[in-house]
Amino acid sequence: MTGTLCLKAVGKDFTRGWEQVRALEDIDLEVARGSFVCVVGASGSGKSTLLSLIAGLSRPTTGEVLLDGVPVAGPGPDRGMVFQTGAVYPWRTVERNVAFGLELLPLSRGERAARVDHYLAATGLTGLRHALPRQLSGGQRQRVAIARALACEPEVLLLDEPFGALDVQTKEDMQLFIRRLWHECGTTVIMVTHDVEEAVFLGQRVITLASNPGRVAADVTVPLPGERDLTVKRDAAFLGVRAEIEDLVRLYHHQA
Amino acid sequence: MSVLTEGGPEPAGSPGGPGTAGPLAAADAASRESPPAAGDPSAAHLDLTGDTAAADGAAVAVHAGTGAGAAAFAPLPRRQPPRRVPRVFAIRTPIPRPSRLALTALSVLVPLALWQLLSTVIDGRPDYLPSPAQAWAAGLDLARDGLLLGDTVASIRRVLLGFGLAVAVSVPLGIAMGAFQAGRAAFEPVIGLLRYLPASAFIPLLALWLGIDEMSKVALLFLGTVFFNTLMTADAVRRIPGALVDVSYTLGARRGEVLRKVVIPHSLPGILDAIRVNAAAAWNFVVVAELFAAEEGLGYRIVRSQRFNQIDRIFAVLVVIALIGLTIDIALRLLRDRVGRWTS
Repeated sequence: MTGTLCLKAVGKDFTRGWEQVRALEDIDLEVARGSFVCVVGASGSGKSTLLSLIAGLSRPTTGEVLLDGVPVAGPGPDRGMVFQTGAVYPWRTVERNVAFGLELLPLSRGERAARVDHYLAATGLTGLRHALPRQLSGGQRQRVAIARALACEPEVLLLDEPFGALDVQTKEDMQLFIRRLWHECGTTVIMVTHDVEEAVFLGQRVITLASNPGRVAADVTVPLPGERDLTVKRDAAFLGVRAEIEDLVRLYHHQA
Repeated sequence: MSVLTEGGPEPAGSPGGPGTAGPLAAADAASRESPPAAGDPSAAHLDLTGDTAAADGAAVAVHAGTGAGAAAFAPLPRRQPPRRVPRVFAIRTPIPRPSRLALTALSVLVPLALWQLLSTVIDGRPDYLPSPAQAWAAGLDLARDGLLLGDTVASIRRVLLGFGLAVAVSVPLGIAMGAFQAGRAAFEPVIGLLRYLPASAFIPLLALWLGIDEMSKVALLFLGTVFFNTLMTADAVRRIPGALVDVSYTLGARRGEVLRKVVIPHSLPGILDAIRVNAAAAWNFVVVAELFAAEEGLGYRIVRSQRFNQIDRIFAVLVVIALIGLTIDIALRLLRDRVGRWTS
């Protein structure tokens, strides 16, 4: 199947001291092109490990990760990644951060600039293009990281707790922002979060991981319309799904 | 009242049970006709809803007393608030500009005054401890003869050669050690060992191997700074956050590009810090190197002045050495601040 991300019986072991620790076990997952999938789970359930396997930053111990049927062999710009801390280059201005991936490609100066302009505008950063990261707020920094990843036109955008360090109001702004961006770009988004409300609000699907070892405990399709605004968070359907998933996360948290 | 009676009987056997509820019993007596039955845990709650002042006071006491295991302790002693201190003595607090300038001026003027005082006490023996004015005059003398300029140029040239060579070797080596575990494993033990060998101890060997002219002096400077600068560079490089490297790979960068476009720019301010610290060491070593078998240079001028008992000249040269060192330091700090403008 083209345009699909596919995890087949993926497992991951770590060595901690003399011990072998199983972080993930037997993960089977298929993510259709253009969908928005959220992954939740207690800490230690291997959520971030899962993303890093998809990104190709680490290799699965067993099984394989396939993108468009091709095994993922390492990190690449077709799978953009945004970390919780943003990991923007502090010595580069906003526009040069966004340009980073494009500088590695054989593009003319004009084309690169045009693409940078486009993604700066799409993320509302045009006015801040000459600012350094230390002059930005946490939310703005995350926008830079997202714009930088999107500029490489990834098949899949991987978000690792991207709004975890933001205050509640900024977080809601960013949730609306990422949903709008997803509608505009049509990129597949896989987002790891510990915030179940956020997962249900953003995701078409919410995957709950169980801990020790990490495995898929539930895969819930969110019964909400595609167009969502913040009032959805008060809907009965929303609250129902949210409660159901929160109970699951709590259950596995206490078992861990 | 009835709501509480139904809703919240305290679980039997909790730490704040009837056995320990001393203040509560008094409140009970005040607001109730008959004392509560011993062992009835809900009785404690009953009276908390009473609207008398006494009952309210009891409520506070109960909450303090029955909170998670706190009942066993006497109240925590509170310390007197600390004495107020002037801002100048507060930790990491900005001080007024006049205070800062005054302190800076004092840090130069006090040693200078002590020098003047000491030279007066020792009773005008310029061959023992000249006064600042005498040192100044001797300095002018040296400058007029053109000796000061020649010596300064000779010393600076040796520093540029020796320390420049050390930087050229230690920065790439340090980057390799900081960026690659293998580089660290291969070089850190031996460099960590070598840096504890005092460079001055190599002077006889260097004279033997390289002769007594420029080569051995440059080599001493090199040996004295290269190991420290390597280890400090490696430390600066190692401080790069892993996420910054990871995210670069996900943006399509190859290993060499990550090194060139991410690792090195990120560690540049730290590398310049290391260079600044070790430039001071280099400036020290050049004087040491010139104490033996030199024909010019600031260190040589000191030895020569001693031979002719021109102590005022020694002091003049010492002041020049200090001032040039300070200039190098300030120049490198300005460069570092410019390069590291992005650090907060």
